[in-house]
Amino acid sequence: MSSRPPAGAAVAEGAAVPARRRRVRSLEASNARFAYFMLTPALLCLALVAFYPMVNTIVTSFTNSTFGQNTTNFIGLDNYTKLVQDPAFRTSIWTSVRFTIITVVFEFVLGLIVALVVNSSFRGRGVVRASMLIPWALITVISAAMWKLMYNQIYGVFNDILVTRIHVLAANVDWLGSPATALPAVAAIDIWKTTPFIALLLLAGLQLIPGDVYEAADVDGAGKIRTFFSITLPLLMPSILVAVIIRALDALRVFDLFYVLFGQRPDTTTMSIYVQEQIIYFGKVGYGSAVSVALLFIIAIFIAIYIMMSRWSVARS
Amino acid sequence: MSAATADTLPQQRRKPVKVGKVASRGLFFLLVGVILLYILFPFYWAARTSFMPDSDIYLTPVQYWPNNFTFQHYINAFSETTFVRSILNSAIVGISATVIAILVGSSASYALARFNFLGRNVALYLILAMSMFPGISILGSLYTVLQRFHLYNTLYALIIVYLTFSLPLMVWIMQSFFRGMPRDLEEAAYVDGASQFQTFWRIMIPLAAPGLATVGILTVMGCWQEYLFALSFLLSSSKWTVPLAIANTGANQASAFQIPWGDQMAETLVVMLPLIAAVLILQRRIISGLTAGAVKG
Amino acid sequence: MASVAYQHVFKRYSAEAVAVKDLNLQILDTEFMVLVGPSGCGKSTALRMLAGLEEISDGEIKIGDRIVNEVPARERDIAMVFQSYALYPHMSVYDNMAFGLKMRRTPKNEIETKVSQASKILGLDNFLKRKPRQLSGGQRQRVALGRAIVRNPQVFLLDEPLSNLDAQLRVETRINLQKLHKDLNATFIYVTHDQVEAMTMGDRIAVMKDGILQQVASPREIYDDPANLYVAGFIGSPKMNFVPVTISGSTAKASGFSMQLPKAPGIEAGVLGIRPEDLTEVPHEGFPQIDMKVEVVEVLGADQFLYGKVGGDDMIARLDPQFKVSIGDRVRLNVNMRRIHLFDVNTERAIL
Repeated sequence: MSSRPPAGAAVAEGAAVPARRRRVRSLEASNARFAYFMLTPALLCLALVAFYPMVNTIVTSFTNSTFGQNTTNFIGLDNYTKLVQDPAFRTSIWTSVRFTIITVVFEFVLGLIVALVVNSSFRGRGVVRASMLIPWALITVISAAMWKLMYNQIYGVFNDILVTRIHVLAANVDWLGSPATALPAVAAIDIWKTTPFIALLLLAGLQLIPGDVYEAADVDGAGKIRTFFSITLPLLMPSILVAVIIRALDALRVFDLFYVLFGQRPDTTTMSIYVQEQIIYFGKVGYGSAVSVALLFIIAIFIAIYIMMSRWSVARS
Repeated sequence: MSAATADTLPQQRRKPVKVGKVASRGLFFLLVGVILLYILFPFYWAARTSFMPDSDIYLTPVQYWPNNFTFQHYINAFSETTFVRSILNSAIVGISATVIAILVGSSASYALARFNFLGRNVALYLILAMSMFPGISILGSLYTVLQRFHLYNTLYALIIVYLTFSLPLMVWIMQSFFRGMPRDLEEAAYVDGASQFQTFWRIMIPLAAPGLATVGILTVMGCWQEYLFALSFLLSSSKWTVPLAIANTGANQASAFQIPWGDQMAETLVVMLPLIAAVLILQRRIISGLTAGAVKG
Repeated sequence: MASVAYQHVFKRYSAEAVAVKDLNLQILDTEFMVLVGPSGCGKSTALRMLAGLEEISDGEIKIGDRIVNEVPARERDIAMVFQSYALYPHMSVYDNMAFGLKMRRTPKNEIETKVSQASKILGLDNFLKRKPRQLSGGQRQRVALGRAIVRNPQVFLLDEPLSNLDAQLRVETRINLQKLHKDLNATFIYVTHDQVEAMTMGDRIAVMKDGILQQVASPREIYDDPANLYVAGFIGSPKMNFVPVTISGSTAKASGFSMQLPKAPGIEAGVLGIRPEDLTEVPHEGFPQIDMKVEVVEVLGADQFLYGKVGGDDMIARLDPQFKVSIGDRVRLNVNMRRIHLFDVNTERAIL
């Protein structure tokens, strides 16, 4: 019993379909329903913990809410106009930006060097790799405490080495105390803590580069430096971008370090500290909320830049 | 790889390269030494301080090796109930936050990874965006929310609030994990008679255990560290987590002027040593978790 | 009743990408039906639509009397053996086989009975506690089979189950599968790209190409009576010889010969199809003769194949291995007229 398509079978799409045509979507629909069900708990938590507070903050930024006062009034954009003219706010932005630039640049450069070193095989490499995780695992507050001890003007180890032992500097420096050195000193702590982490990210990126690319370069006669700049660096670009943006975002939002070491000092007020100062210290909830929104806005700009950069780099490859 | 170069060099060229190689090898190990020193020195310093009597700490010239060993600081640390309690608190918060993150996050990750539905991309980006919020921005409002639910000054507050970073982390890692699993298994389960949820629960979750472990470790570490929310939402010292307790070491003591370095360093070491040990043991997991999300973007 | 029917089934991924076009196929209860065709012909898609793993864009699929379009996979009472076996890696062999029964809330002792039955049939008794990664490829395949058997479904679906096995295991398993089919007396639907598997295993074969069903018939019929050029060329190894001819009346003229056809086909251009074994060195009455210039000789013990040119066309002939022939010889071959085929431009054949 054989069946064959009739001569010149009309097998164009839909041509020979009988009158009863069923548009069936049950599989997709049931999948979608399941997905929504699975997503709901997460979205609920999200709403509670992130989005409601966010919206609340935005709304509060349009009020003159103050801690301790029961009456709150809408004051429109007043907080924002004040914000734009506020010199302390601008200083805080500048402080944050300076901190971000210093830390990201150093962390990137040092991280790259460490990654390159650990990428080559040598005895004891496992030990070094393992120890790289340690500063990252450290609690920020604790590392602040440790370094505070080392920075101490009188009995800190840095002054001891630089002044008393090697005589590079003339007198003891109050690293954390004096405005000139405070920011670099804090940056050094962050750099110490985060460089290994960046190095790990870059290391992972380095190990993704196939070995034969290097061999081809070798055969082509490229020296080590040439190879690095023309081959390694470009191929590492995606990892670098990710590492840089993660760090930049974290650095812009930094709070713990500064609070533990400096508290409310005007010359070391980052954006986050400024917000905290306004809301908690001064109780100016409305104004502080406006600053929060401004902070969020600045972060969002950075994220947008990142997305554009990553799209651009993906498009190039 | 680079061995190929050495072998293909003609005989005459080998000698100078060899000498250069020894020198560069030495330089290389010097660099490695510097890196190790850079990473580990602060710990050494903390350890040194913890074993020295207070009076010696303030002495100059600075002692690189304690002249007088003492365990007093460690005894102080363990007798300070705030500190000991804080370790317990941090542990409770870390573990609970992880459990909740796994429950809430694994189902969300599965849905996002495996199914196409309207709003999928939006949901994904929303969840990831949550991790970019500056905590400080939502501090005030979170405080209001917690007050309303009478959660202020409780550990529950932290457990819930830490979802802001544990949930995106969970989704970030588990999503690519689920994506990488072959579809056959789910299809076989469907044909075998399992519903979508049963497939998720009985097949996907057990197979995702390694990923979950990684996320768990990273979450616990994050909770351990967190300072801002802990500072803002916990009032009584009996509820303090570790960062708060250490930052406030000796705050109750009479001499409020001199920071009790010895005690603080002792507490630091007490907390850090097991943590470091755990990190070293689990390092492979941790590194794969950190880089999986990051490198794939 | 465990018959299966595809009625005007379509699978569309987009306006241009149609994987299955207007499939109409009837599979009888307890039949062993093989879907065969090259990669991308739609056979796996058709199978998966039956399993409930793919959405059916148009048309209906029936299992027994039930239209199953809207029925989720788990309620269709079918079992499937995947190409990759898809065993649950974290479960033991026993649990793998028991999983389906557990999902249907079968009582524990019943599960035990059924699993041990299946295990006995497949020789898995010693492996019940092992995990899939501790098994060889052949053993894993048997577990996949066991998982399907245990549920005693209406229809068994098998998606290229032999492709991951080595040659010897493949032959063994082929035989075992056929025995299993007889023992279970169930409907088997088997997908493969290998025409040997199709010919040896199927009660009937369905040949597909580009989403369109080309022909459905018993192996014998598909071989003797291919519906079109594609089926003729797909089934049979070595391939059927195809010779382009022009026809006037009942005379077909090729580049190297001309012959009289049994009846006038009514077309002017076509393709003559002659299987290698229908060319013989022995003259018969009524067999026209053609001359081949031999280019390659392959002696395979029980067979001898000559590859050469007849006129301008390449042809293959299968001859008695005792016939002495060397490269460069001109050989006179006799064409078995009772078994030649004539195809219109890619559509039909006119003569047997």
